[in-house]
Amino acid sequence: MRRFLHVAWLVVRKDLRVEARNKEMLLTTLFFAVSCVLVFSFSFVRGGQAVDGAAAGILWIAIAFSGTLALGRAFERERNHDALGALLLAPVDRPALYLGKLIGILLLLAMVEVVVVVMVAFLFQAPLFAHGWWLLALLGLGTLGFASVGTLFSAMLVKTRSRAVLLPVLLYPMTIPVLIMGVSGTAALLQPEPDLALARLWVSLMFFFDTVFLTLALWTFEPVMTE
Amino acid sequence: MTVADVSRFYGRRRALSHVSLTCSAGEVIGLLGPNGAGKSTLLGLLATLSEPSAGEVRYGDRTAREAGAEVRAQIGFLAHELQLYPELSARENLQFTAGLYGLDRPEARVAEALVSAGLSDRADDVVEGFSRGMRQRLALERALLHAPRLVLFDEPFTGLDEASCGALVARLAQLRDTRCIIVLATHDLDVVDGLLDRAVILRGGRMRELGKTGSLRERYRAAIAAGGAGRRVADHDGSGAGPPAASEAHS
Repeated sequence: MRRFLHVAWLVVRKDLRVEARNKEMLLTTLFFAVSCVLVFSFSFVRGGQAVDGAAAGILWIAIAFSGTLALGRAFERERNHDALGALLLAPVDRPALYLGKLIGILLLLAMVEVVVVVMVAFLFQAPLFAHGWWLLALLGLGTLGFASVGTLFSAMLVKTRSRAVLLPVLLYPMTIPVLIMGVSGTAALLQPEPDLALARLWVSLMFFFDTVFLTLALWTFEPVMTE
Repeated sequence: MTVADVSRFYGRRRALSHVSLTCSAGEVIGLLGPNGAGKSTLLGLLATLSEPSAGEVRYGDRTAREAGAEVRAQIGFLAHELQLYPELSARENLQFTAGLYGLDRPEARVAEALVSAGLSDRADDVVEGFSRGMRQRLALERALLHAPRLVLFDEPFTGLDEASCGALVARLAQLRDTRCIIVLATHDLDVVDGLLDRAVILRGGRMRELGKTGSLRERYRAAIAAGGAGRRVADHDGSGAGPPAASEAHS
């Protein structure tokens, strides 16, 4: 187990190091998410008053779209110069490679979400921080569910020519439930009288979704990556 | 290592056809043939990166699927693409590999590899700024960092200057003395002549062993002129492709 986690950490550290040098994924994802929230704010905020319930939807739309952008490039570094071949040849448990890539994507999306949450709270005057721990649970579990499925699909499609088209086609039908749970849970927190019981229900369902899909992804990564 | 009647298909295209080969410890085998003959496909199979469509590759008495990571730990593979991260420095690329292979004394081994690659003074520069030859030397050291028992090199002399070619040949001879199996796919016939214990030619996915008399280049030309490894497989399969082009025979 220690070796498994060490390999995952090596992959995370390598990805963070590369990202720190070229900032390619961070900047692309961040600019896209910020633009998305900004454009929506012009449409859904009139006279300084946001349309009811818009903030939750826009928060998750920004996360889903920018997340798709990041996932599309998750294995790009491995594809270029066939570094994936070297990774797959290494005598390691291949699911550890998946876990490393997943953690890298989660860290990236966490950075984007910090900015997006602040922007949505400000532009839509949404009391997102009133129940900060619940919001953190929703965002954390929602992002984990979305990214765990997306990282697997991204790996599956790494050698496919039309991967940019196929990724959203495969990803959204599978992750729509977790996005709906995220929107519903966040909307429950943003009501004039926050419905914490409902938010708890969505958090529990997300936890269930994440457990199932993360387990499946770890289990299927090795056969998926074996040509 | 035993390659037994291996075929490999990509869709309907047959890249390798009934290839058989046995390699013993301490043997250097040259994999020759024109472009698109199936050399890289065969090396990929030997490196466990893909599986045969038919037949099997055995490492000792086990297949790659049976032995898994244990076999992968013994393989040093240099692909045509160099499998380096251009955003990382030479040292970081080697450290990453050392970590994945769980090597003892990683820092010392990385330092030794940098010296062997002649990149000690550029160790902390990102690979992006390296010339093709420097990248090639780094990739060679990365492939040998974990002291593999099976060395698979695809065009290892690409981009190397004369001195580096000589150093690589000497290094391969040393590896042979330590009972490594070495399989080289190369077009640099003059460079490897004298190093190879055996040479096989692949053409259209079929393999044939070269004769023993004459220089490697002469033997290769004779094999190509005689039809290489036999008729083109597509022809044999009845797909209508013609015989090898004249330009190919003289390449």
